Amino acid sequence: MNLREAGLGFLRVLGGPEANVKIVVTVKLVPEPSSEKKIDSGTKRLVRTGVETVINPYDEYAIEAALALKEKLGGDTTVTVFAMGPENTKETLRKALAMGADDAVFLSDAGLEGSDVWGTASALALGLKKVGFDLVICGGLSDDGSSGAVPGELTEYLGVPGITNARSLDVVDGKVHAQRETDNGYQVVSGPLPALVSVTMAIGEPRYASLKGIMGAKKKTIAPLAIADLASPLALGSAGAKTRLLDFAPPAPRQKAQVVDAPDGATGAKIIFDFLKEKRLV
Amino acid sequence: MNFDLNDDQKAIQALAREFAQAEVKPRAEQMDRDEAFPYDLVAKMTELGFMGLPFPEKYGGAGADTVSYALTVMEIARADASTAITMAAHVSLGATPFYLFGTEEQKQKYLVPLAAGKMLWGFGLTEPNAGSDAGNTQTRAQLRDGKWVINGTKAFITNSGTDLTGGTTITAATGKRADGKPEISNIIVPQNAPGFTRSKKYKKMGWRASDTRELAFVDCEVPEENLLGERGNGLKQFLQVLDGGRISVAALSIGLALGAYDEALAYAKERQAFGKPISKFQAIQFKLVDMLGEIEHAKLMILKAAWEKDNGRDFAQTASFAKLYAAEVSRRVVNEAVQIHGGYGFMDEYPVSRMYRDQKINEIGEGTNEVQRLVLARMMGL
Repeated sequence: MNLREAGLGFLRVLGGPEANVKIVVTVKLVPEPSSEKKIDSGTKRLVRTGVETVINPYDEYAIEAALALKEKLGGDTTVTVFAMGPENTKETLRKALAMGADDAVFLSDAGLEGSDVWGTASALALGLKKVGFDLVICGGLSDDGSSGAVPGELTEYLGVPGITNARSLDVVDGKVHAQRETDNGYQVVSGPLPALVSVTMAIGEPRYASLKGIMGAKKKTIAPLAIADLASPLALGSAGAKTRLLDFAPPAPRQKAQVVDAPDGATGAKIIFDFLKEKRLV
Repeated sequence: MNFDLNDDQKAIQALAREFAQAEVKPRAEQMDRDEAFPYDLVAKMTELGFMGLPFPEKYGGAGADTVSYALTVMEIARADASTAITMAAHVSLGATPFYLFGTEEQKQKYLVPLAAGKMLWGFGLTEPNAGSDAGNTQTRAQLRDGKWVINGTKAFITNSGTDLTGGTTITAATGKRADGKPEISNIIVPQNAPGFTRSKKYKKMGWRASDTRELAFVDCEVPEENLLGERGNGLKQFLQVLDGGRISVAALSIGLALGAYDEALAYAKERQAFGKPISKFQAIQFKLVDMLGEIEHAKLMILKAAWEKDNGRDFAQTASFAKLYAAEVSRRVVNEAVQIHGGYGFMDEYPVSRMYRDQKINEIGEGTNEVQRLVLARMMGL
């Protein structure tokens, strides 16, 4: 049984023309990408204490897409950021509020610890239904787990049309329009709201949080949400996880660099070129 | 006691760092070479709210505190000293006098556009023959028929001649006090005042992308209402402005030092000698340890001065110590940063060579190290 079969839900009815779109951006709070990541050998989970937490860089593009859409649509369009994570990472959400999001919802519960991808998407879907939305915008993947599966699973559990890898995004006449990136170009896709769209980095560089945004962010609300609010029919967190991390290993150490010793530049360039050609890199 | 930054301060520091590293740092070398004033970076800093950072929201500022301001200047100076002085001089010297001494009408007319970054403003104190000896101000302003008629020259005035500059506030002798000494007042001189001209930009050793000029006033006329604050209070007023300015100049010094330390650390880890990175040699390690240690000491003192100001304490002495110490630390740090780079540090394309040039003014501007010691000796009751 999945959540759809459990018959849960339901969705906000779109209240009129697009000048009243409720956009919710899912955001993950991850360890600072350049920090050294450690995995606890006992729990096999990423160590999150003593490491600076930031908004998943891919999600910043989703926030940018939402804010740009809000600016374009105007009216009563709102942007809510929605995150799930340990309580001590909550304040990281302020950056999204400082960038211009209207408010935030933070789903945090000790019972959600150890969620696998299924559990994460299930909890997020229940939370999103509770919050209500016309359009969910997601980043393509997270910088830490990097499964890239959550947007697709959310689409399924929410029972809404989904468009992945969007490089542009618009809402016209109650429909979402997007260009989907493919290996060879892009597709033009549209679907009715409510819908879910995941975006790529081509959607536009995330804006800076302005000083006024930062000073104003503390007046905005971060509404708490816990497992009890979700009324999940299924076990979540580690208890409900369907996958188990059995083992992990660091990447193989980088091979020793090959130093090209050549009498002159042209000869050296030729040796490097032949090497790359052999590896089919040029 | 609490050494933690609050959430606003952390967020502002992170914003300044992100902006400075991504947008300012890659431009620093070319701007220095071309002596090009960074109009686009000023526009971006305006958009982010840096140009009105510490002023209340009702005047279009961001309403942030002095700690946040110091951290912001530090991060920008870490990427480029010219951009940092452009921003810091605008806030501390250009806009602050209006905030501290302006009438409500003057605040609306000048502070609001300045805080919004729509206009830059200079602060004209130094003269060709009067720097720290401000009592010897030669520039005269005489009140005639409801107008101040100004004659004199000002030297080394930052932000005084950009396309965005609206004018300069100057100190001038407006008469004689009862004790025979000149009566000094501050007068607002808009860019288009008749008789007011600016020289070309100075050719400078450092801070080359910042706008610094000599100002000349020949029977320059401005309306009587352009007096800033009370007549005769000019000396007291600019001393108060300089007290706050010392925090930002200290932050600028230490930001530059941090930037030089960043370069030296990266280079030491990368540069190989005798089969290993030079960072593995004690001679280099000791230098890096001393550099970071001194930077941290100075930073603590700067933030203490900023905290004192934010909490309404008398911060003048701490700010003065911070300015003096940070300036000297910046000299030692950039010097060692070049030394760690060896011959490459002497080459134009390595950022430390620019930082070495940019550093010297930290020990001269807004009160030389010697004058700073003099001021401190007085504060200590000597």
